[in-house]
Amino acid sequence: MADLGTLAAAAQEVAGSLGRHPAPDALEARRMQALSLAVHIPIVCFGIAFPAMFLFVHGLYLRTGDPAYKALAKRWSKVALTIFAVGVVTGTILSFEFGLLWPDFMATFGEVFGLAFGLEGVSFFVEAIFIAIYVYGWDRLSPRAHFLTGIPIVISGFAGSFNVIAVNGWMNNPEGFTVADGRVTDPEPWTALFNENLAHELVHMYIAGYIVAGFIVAGVYASAWLKGRRDRYHRTGLVVALSFAALAAPVQIIVGDWAGARVAETQPVKLAAMEGLGETTEGAPFTFGGFYDTEDNEVKYGLEVPYMLSLLAYHDPNATVQGLTSVPPRDRPPVNWVRFAFQTMVGIGTLLALIGVVFALTWWRKRRLPRSRLFYYAVMAAGPLSLVALICGWITTEVGRQPWIVYETMRVSDAVTASDSLEVGFAVLVAVYLFIGGALFWLIRRLTARPPETEVGAPVRH
Amino acid sequence: MLAEICLGFVVLGLTAYAVLGGADFGAGFWDLTAGGDRRGGRVRGMVQRSMSPVWEANHVWLIFVLVIVWTAFPVAFGSMFSTLVIPLFLAAIGIIFRGAAFALRGQAATIREARFLGAVFALSSVLVPFFLGAALGGVASGRVPVGNMAGDTVTSWWNPTSVTVGVLAVITGAYIAAVYLAGDAKRAGLPDLVEAFRTRALGAGVVAGAAAIGALVVLRSDARPLFDGLTSGDGLVAVIVSAAAGVATLALVLTRRFGPARLTAALAVTAIVVGWALAQDPYVLPDELTLEQAAASDATLLALVVSVGIGFLILVPSLWYLYRLVLQGRLDQDYEPLDQRFRPQTASDRPRGRT
Ligand code: HDD
Ligand code: HEM
Ligand code: HEM
Repeated sequence: MADLGTLAAAAQEVAGSLGRHPAPDALEARRMQALSLAVHIPIVCFGIAFPAMFLFVHGLYLRTGDPAYKALAKRWSKVALTIFAVGVVTGTILSFEFGLLWPDFMATFGEVFGLAFGLEGVSFFVEAIFIAIYVYGWDRLSPRAHFLTGIPIVISGFAGSFNVIAVNGWMNNPEGFTVADGRVTDPEPWTALFNENLAHELVHMYIAGYIVAGFIVAGVYASAWLKGRRDRYHRTGLVVALSFAALAAPVQIIVGDWAGARVAETQPVKLAAMEGLGETTEGAPFTFGGFYDTEDNEVKYGLEVPYMLSLLAYHDPNATVQGLTSVPPRDRPPVNWVRFAFQTMVGIGTLLALIGVVFALTWWRKRRLPRSRLFYYAVMAAGPLSLVALICGWITTEVGRQPWIVYETMRVSDAVTASDSLEVGFAVLVAVYLFIGGALFWLIRRLTARPPETEVGAPVRH
Repeated sequence: MLAEICLGFVVLGLTAYAVLGGADFGAGFWDLTAGGDRRGGRVRGMVQRSMSPVWEANHVWLIFVLVIVWTAFPVAFGSMFSTLVIPLFLAAIGIIFRGAAFALRGQAATIREARFLGAVFALSSVLVPFFLGAALGGVASGRVPVGNMAGDTVTSWWNPTSVTVGVLAVITGAYIAAVYLAGDAKRAGLPDLVEAFRTRALGAGVVAGAAAIGALVVLRSDARPLFDGLTSGDGLVAVIVSAAAGVATLALVLTRRFGPARLTAALAVTAIVVGWALAQDPYVLPDELTLEQAAASDATLLALVVSVGIGFLILVPSLWYLYRLVLQGRLDQDYEPLDQRFRPQTASDRPRGRT
């Protein structure tokens, strides 16, 4: 299979233990995988961040006894339970897809990275158990026991993402196995689990969860605010959600910088694609906008800032940055996709951090919410924008890894199923996700339309 | 040894899923067959109330099984999922519809919404166990060879054994669900529903027994090695235990002792899953791949056994806490017939005292 030019790389490559791969670009399967992930990940952000948010409000209620806090915590936990259910089913689809779309990836490497999913299973269990106890336990368990049952939900939300991200980190920076004669031997599952990409991806994704969930929830209350609903209940909803998001957003820039430095070190080709850098360059510039020309291997119509890329990636203006042409064309990812996604993420990230800083400064200096209507419109826009940043981040990571499913070890085309009728499956999935999306939207609207009194059976507005 | 422990995890997970998840699917079956809004409202209300706190935890057993199989027996996993792509994809779609529709039905505001979501929930509750059962039937009857889609994508699951196992999965789920729901209705003090589910349990029990006997006949002609395994040695013991537990359950339901009936019903299912594993020993994929050949390397198996073992230390007390709260009725919501919210209350809606 390997031609002469790539023989050196091929020594490390693995073809898969099942054999038979008639789909050279695996486009159908990749589309299906990307669609399912793009549905699951935003939902999961609520699994990460919402429990901490409703537990915080619950804590306020326990301290003050104010029914508005109780109504809010109860309402949020009910929404979280429904979103959790949708997270469960969309996550199940993903688990099936691992086998249905990438049987040879699983057959070849399942024993290397599977451990993380084993741990993941446990954390999902804990989450499912305690979220049910918590939500159905309102007014039925003792106040103390009830609050305590919320804590495992927060922990398992973290543990769940820890394990999936460990797998993704490993796919991007594989270690913990040996390749001999194109076969995988000596798996070291613990090494694979605690791979070098885990830390930055986990922190970045975890914070992203707070940004996405925080801004989306805050957006709902910001729109209520603009419509004049400014009682204690709505105000608390806005302030709590916004505080979580506002604290997370500026931090994300620092973490993002760390992620970039890690990518520069472990996946230089991905970095080159993110920046559209053709030739290996000393003191490389950073280019805004424009598009990458794959004939000439350079960015056309972009705005160059000299030395900035070397500075950002290696914190040294004269550092050498590896370019795309250092590897043969068949080993390069689709540059424009990756680059556009990356720049969108960074742009939106900067904007979100700005909103966060405005909010935090106003709150800190003047102990009140910003007065400008513009601010509330910005918060309403921040929710959808953070979703876009999230997906763009994943496109950067995943498409930037192409053509490898396991970086520099196994090609996507060697992992894919031999099925040739995936279009049907894709069409069905699109329909299913439209149904789910519509249903969730309908549900949230229904819930927000219900007055908070229905939660506690007592007046909460003052 | 490590491989056997991992196989043990798979059998444990499948059993738990069949007993607990199966009951949730079975509840969907009774939801589907409950009749019109008014007549079926009471049954549906009970289904909604019983399933709500537990179905998500019950569902995780399926994920648990998948994860163990792909880590401990990766080649078998890849082979099964590529050949059995059709039933598994359909099951996955069914799972989405089932879960989402169930979660949303609780928030329905009009009878039309409730009706639509209920139909989606109930219909997929019947299809999912059928397709999962059909996929297992394909494995058990030796129709899944090693390789990337090496088997026939249609006959691997559309064959006498698969269809039989699929139907059996639907019926046993319905049986267990009726037993559980009768117990829950008794706890809720709703004698009319106790009777309704008791009748259903007795009916489904008789049908399940007949279907099990029919299944043996089918296996004899279609999957002889599996049949031989189930009718000799340890396999036979398991089948007998299962049959005895099934009959005992019927007797207990007949005499209205639903608590013990829960346990014997679970035992009947457990025995049959274990019997299947014993019957195809030493193969994971019959005639293709033995347990020995399918197993991942020792380092992986050891890591998996250790981490799942530690996980169980957290999991078992958590599950115990959940089911204890549920069985004590501490998480019970107020009972209301499903169609209640959409029409004025009448005298027949109110609970009629405790039993
Ligand atoms: C709300 C979401 C969000 C925001 C505001 C940002 N990111 Fe991000 N980014 C993600 C959400 C995200 C993510 C969760 O989607 C990714 C995908 C994989 C990962 O670990 O996090 C990601 C990946 C990712 C990667 C690739 C990591 C890898 O492949 O290993 C880099 C280099 C950055 N990000 C850099 C940044 C920078 C410099 C940002 C500054 C403004 C930024 N991100 C804001
Ligand atoms: C455990 C974590 C993950 C695993 C194991 C995983 C696995 C995969 C696999 C097998 C593919 C198909 C092969 C390929 O095109 O590279 C893929 C593609 C993709 N994944 Fe991931 N993924 C993970 C996390 C994510 C997440 C969280 C996202 C976020 C949305 C994501 C986004 C994508 C996208 C957009 C593609 C399509 C790439 C393309 O079209 O070329 N992935 N991933
Ligand atoms: C390809 C990758 C992925 C797979 C195979 C996958 C699988 C699953 C499964 C099976 C569930 C449901 C568990 C249950 O039954 O209770 C689930 C839910 C969840 N997943 Fe994913 N997942 C993937 C990506 C991710 C990513 C990237 C994250 C986040 C960082 C994530 C975080 C979660 C969380 C927190 C839940 C719990 C549900 C919730 O809280 O909403 N998953 N996932």
